[in-house]
Amino acid sequence: MTALDRKLLRDLLQMKGQALAISAVLACGVAMFVMSLTTLASLEQTMDRYYRDYRFGDVFAFLKRAPDALSERIEAIPGVARVQTRVVADVNLQVRGLDDPAVARLISLPDRGAPVLNDLYLRRGRWIEPDRAGEALVSETFAQAHDLRPGDTVRVIINQRQRELTIVGIALSPEFIYEIREGELLPDPLRFGVFWMSRRELAAAFDMEGAFNNVVLSLMPTASEKEVIAQLDRLTERYGGLGAFGRDEQTSHRFISGEIDQLRGMATIVPVIFLAVAAFLFNMVISRMIATQREQIAALKAFGYTRREIGAHYATLVGLIVLSGVALGAITGMWLGQSLVELYVRFFKFPLLQYVIDFRAIAPAIFFSGVAAFAGTFTAVRRAVLLPPAEAMRPEPPAAFRPTFVERMGLQRLFSQSIRMVLRNLERQPIKSLLTCFGMALATSILILGNLNSDIIDRLIDFEFNLAQRQDMTVTFSESSSERASRELTRMPGVLHVEPFRAAPIRLRSAHVSRRTSLLGLEPQRDLFRLLDEHEREIAIPPDGLLLSAALAELLRIKVGEVVHMEVLEGRRPELDVAVAGMIEDYTGLAAYMDIDALRRLLREQDSISGAFLTVDRVQTASLFSQLRETPRVASVTIKRAAIESFQETIAQNLLTMRAFTVAFASIIAFGVIYNSARISLSERGRELATLRVIGFTRGEISLILLGELTILTLASIPIGLLFGYWLGMFTIESLQTEHQRLPLVIGMRTYAFAALVTIIAALLSGLFVRRRLDRLDLIAVLKSQA
Amino acid sequence: MNQTTAAPARAVFQARNVTKVYSMGEVKVHALRGVDLDLYEGEFVVLLGPSGSGKSTLLNILGGLDVPTSGHVNYLDHDLTTDDDAALTRYRRDHVGFVFQFYNLIPSLTARENVALVTEIARNPMDPAEALRLAGLPDRMDHFPSQLSGGEQQRVAIARAIAKRPQVLLCDEPTGALDVKTGIVVLEAIERVNRELGTTTAVITHNVTIAEMADRVVSIFDGKIANIKQNTSKTSPRELRW
Repeated sequence: MTALDRKLLRDLLQMKGQALAISAVLACGVAMFVMSLTTLASLEQTMDRYYRDYRFGDVFAFLKRAPDALSERIEAIPGVARVQTRVVADVNLQVRGLDDPAVARLISLPDRGAPVLNDLYLRRGRWIEPDRAGEALVSETFAQAHDLRPGDTVRVIINQRQRELTIVGIALSPEFIYEIREGELLPDPLRFGVFWMSRRELAAAFDMEGAFNNVVLSLMPTASEKEVIAQLDRLTERYGGLGAFGRDEQTSHRFISGEIDQLRGMATIVPVIFLAVAAFLFNMVISRMIATQREQIAALKAFGYTRREIGAHYATLVGLIVLSGVALGAITGMWLGQSLVELYVRFFKFPLLQYVIDFRAIAPAIFFSGVAAFAGTFTAVRRAVLLPPAEAMRPEPPAAFRPTFVERMGLQRLFSQSIRMVLRNLERQPIKSLLTCFGMALATSILILGNLNSDIIDRLIDFEFNLAQRQDMTVTFSESSSERASRELTRMPGVLHVEPFRAAPIRLRSAHVSRRTSLLGLEPQRDLFRLLDEHEREIAIPPDGLLLSAALAELLRIKVGEVVHMEVLEGRRPELDVAVAGMIEDYTGLAAYMDIDALRRLLREQDSISGAFLTVDRVQTASLFSQLRETPRVASVTIKRAAIESFQETIAQNLLTMRAFTVAFASIIAFGVIYNSARISLSERGRELATLRVIGFTRGEISLILLGELTILTLASIPIGLLFGYWLGMFTIESLQTEHQRLPLVIGMRTYAFAALVTIIAALLSGLFVRRRLDRLDLIAVLKSQA
Repeated sequence: MNQTTAAPARAVFQARNVTKVYSMGEVKVHALRGVDLDLYEGEFVVLLGPSGSGKSTLLNILGGLDVPTSGHVNYLDHDLTTDDDAALTRYRRDHVGFVFQFYNLIPSLTARENVALVTEIARNPMDPAEALRLAGLPDRMDHFPSQLSGGEQQRVAIARAIAKRPQVLLCDEPTGALDVKTGIVVLEAIERVNRELGTTTAVITHNVTIAEMADRVVSIFDGKIANIKQNTSKTSPRELRW
C-alpha cells in the first residue's frame, strides 16, 4: 500500500462521522430509487406473467341474454383469438358474523375443463364438481376478510330463494387482482365477494340455459381492439349488450395499472428529487471538505505529485464514500422494496407476487449518484490543484470584511461583538451562506414531500365522502323501479332522508374518442349527493344537457357548449347528440350527470329510479339492514363508512408505510446536511475560535459565534424550504395524475409544521454535537499549526 | 549586477529580470521588482531579508511552485518560465526538495510514511529510513506528526525533501517556528545534506546569524537584490547563536 493510500484510509477513518452522514444522505436517495423501481418492476412483471399464464381476456362485454350460438359468430370476428362465454350475476349474500347487506358476484365456470380465458389459480381446497349442487370457489380477498375456509358455507339469495353454497376452494383470478365493484371508489372486501360456480347450476338458476350474459375475448396480436369492440357491439346489441370494453376499462386492471402508473411517477419523480437533493448535498459537503485540505494538496503538488495523481487520490476517497452510500442504499432499498411488495399483496391478489431485483433499476441510481458525486469532487479538486502550490500554502489572505448592512444602517450598537462576527461572517461569504441555506431548505422541502401522500388522501376522502357525497349508504335496485320504491325506503326504520337517482350505462363519442361510463340522473334539489368543483362550490344540474367531469371532457376533447354523441346502452337504447352544459373539476372517476327528468324523458320512462342515497339513524341500522335484505328488488347496499374503513386498513396502510420510509429518509438527509454544514464551519473556523478562547472568550461565547451562524441559517432556510416543498409537491402531483384520479395539491399545516420541526431538531442535534467538539477544542494545537 | 565572484561550478539557476505581482486580498503586492541571480552547483546560499521583502516569492519561483509575472528563470539549460503545470510538476518531482517554515507534513501519515510519499514517486530515491537518519531522526520513524516536536517535524520535512536525492534543496524559513537549540539541530541537518550529498541549497531567513553558515549571502530588500556577499569562512551551525 502506498503512503498516499494510507493517507486515504486514515483521512476516511478520521472523518468517519462526516463520511457516514454523507453516505447516509446518498443512501437515502438511492434507497428510494431502488425501492420504488424494484417494486414497480415486481408489480409489472408479476402482472404480465399472471395475465399471460392465466389467459386474462382483452375485451369484455356484459349483455342481457344471448343464445350460445352467438359465440360462434363472435369467434368469427376478425382478430378474435378465443372466446369464453359466461353467466355472471350479482346476488345478495349472507355470511355468518356480518349483519350488513353484502353482494356476491357469481361467475360461471365451464362444466368441463378450465376456463378458456380468465382462468383461476386455486390457492386452497379443490375445484368444484359440476355434478354436485351448491359448490363454489371463493375469491381470496373475500375469504380472508371473513376467515372462510373450504367446508364453510354462505347463503345467497337467488331469485328470491335462499341457497346455501359450500366453499370447496379459495381461488384467484386475473380479473379480480383488485376486487372492487364497478363504479365504486373504494374496495370493500367485507361486503363484496366473487364466487365461481358451475355453469349448469348458474344457468338453471338465472334462466340462462343455452345462453350467456357475459363474454370475454382474447385478441390476435395484430387485431385492432377498437374494430373488434365495434363488431362485438353490433352483434350483442339486440341481446341487450351494455357495450364492450377493453382492459383499459376493466375495473381491476384499471386500478392496478393506475397504481402502476402512479408508482412509476413516484419511482421516477420522487427518488430523482431525493437523489438530486442527496447529490447536491454530497457535492456541497465534499467540495468544502476538499477545500479544507487545500494545504495538503499544495504540499503534494510541491513534492511533484501530478494533478492526475492528486485527482485520483480524492476521486478514490469520494468513490469509497459513494460506493458505501450506494451499497447501503441499494440493500436498504431492496429490503424496503420487499416489504412494500408484501404490503401490495394485501390488496392486489396475485398467485405469487415475486420481488424482482431488477439491476436496471439499480444501475441508474449508481450512475446518477456517481456522476453527481464526482462532478462535485472534480470542481473542488480542480480548484485546489489549479492554485499555484505556493499560494495554496500561504495562509489565506485576510478576508475582506466590512461592516454589514445592518451595521451600516446604524444599528451596530444593538449587537454584541460576537453577534457582529456572526453577521459579518455570513455576509462576507454570501455564496457559501446561501448554499448552506439552500441545502437545508432542500432537506426541509423533501420532508414536505414525504407527507404529501397522506395530505392528499385526507383531502380526497374529506372531499368525496364528507363534502360531496354526504349519504350514509347507497341502495341500488336490481331493475329500475318507480318512485314508489323510493317512498318504501323512506318508511323503513331509521331512514332519515332519501334521494333517488336514475343511472344508465352510456357511451360517449366525440370524433374518434369514445368512453363507456355511467350517466347519473339526479334531482335538481339535493342535500346528499352534491356536485362540487374543486373550490367546493356546488354546481347546479341544468334542466337540459350533460354535466361532465372535466377529465372526461378533456379525454373526449370537447368544451362546454359543444355537442357529444351519446348512446344509452339500456332499454330502448336511444342515441342522440347532447350538449355539454357544464364541467365539474372533480377528483375521481369519469362521470356524466343529467337532470333525472331529462334522462327519464330520454328513456321514455315516467318516474323510474335505479336506486337512492340515504341518510340513516345509526341506532336502527340493524333492523334497517334486515328489512333491506328482505326487499327483493334491492340489489346492493353500499355503506360509506365501511368502505372508508376498509380503505384505511388497506391502501392507507400502504401509503402510511411509504410515508414512513420517505419521512425517515428525509429526516436523515436533513440531519446529514445540517450536521455536515456545522462540522465544516467548525473545521474552517477552529483556529479563529481557538484564538478567541485564548484571549479570554468563554466556551459559551464562542459557541454562540458558531452556533449563532447555524441558527440564523436554519431559521432562514425554513421558509425557503417550505416554499420549495410546495413546488416539489406541485411537480410531483403533476406526474401522478391519471385518467381516473386527479390529485389535488394540498399540503396541510401539520405537514409544514412537521417539516420545520424536524429541521429544527436536526439543527439542535447538530448544534449539540458541534458544541461538544467546541468544548474539547485543543487551543494549543490549533494555534501551533499554520492554519 | 551580481556576476561578481568567480563561480566554483556551473550555474544551476539563472534568474533574469524576474518580477512578480500578485494580489493579497484587496492589495496588489509587487513581490519582486526585477531580480537577477545565479545559483551554482553545490553551493549553500542564504537569502536574507525582512518579512515581505520577496525572498519567499523568489524561492517559490526557483522551485517551480510559482511562475514570475515577467522575466526568465533557467534551471541548467531549461527555461522554467515557459513550462506548463505538468512540466513544472515533473521538474519539482525530479529535481527539487522543499522544506517549509510550517513543515506541511501530512497529519494522517507517520514520519516514515511522509517520507515514503516522496520516495514512491521519485526516480532514484533513498530508503525513507536512511533519509530520516540523515536528517537526524533515526528513532521516531513511526510517530505521527502530532506526536513529534516542532524540530522533529521539521527534520521529517528535511528527510522528505532530500529522500529523492534532489539537485536543489530549497528551505523557506526552516527554523522560523523553532527555538534556537532546535533550530540549530535543523540547520545541522541541512548543512550535512549540502556537504555530504553536494545538493545545491538555498535557505531563506530573516535571521542574520544564520547567514554565517552560507557560502554566499544574498540580501533582498523590497523585491530587489540589495547585496551579495561571499563568505570567506563558513561558520558551523553548532557555533551559531541568536
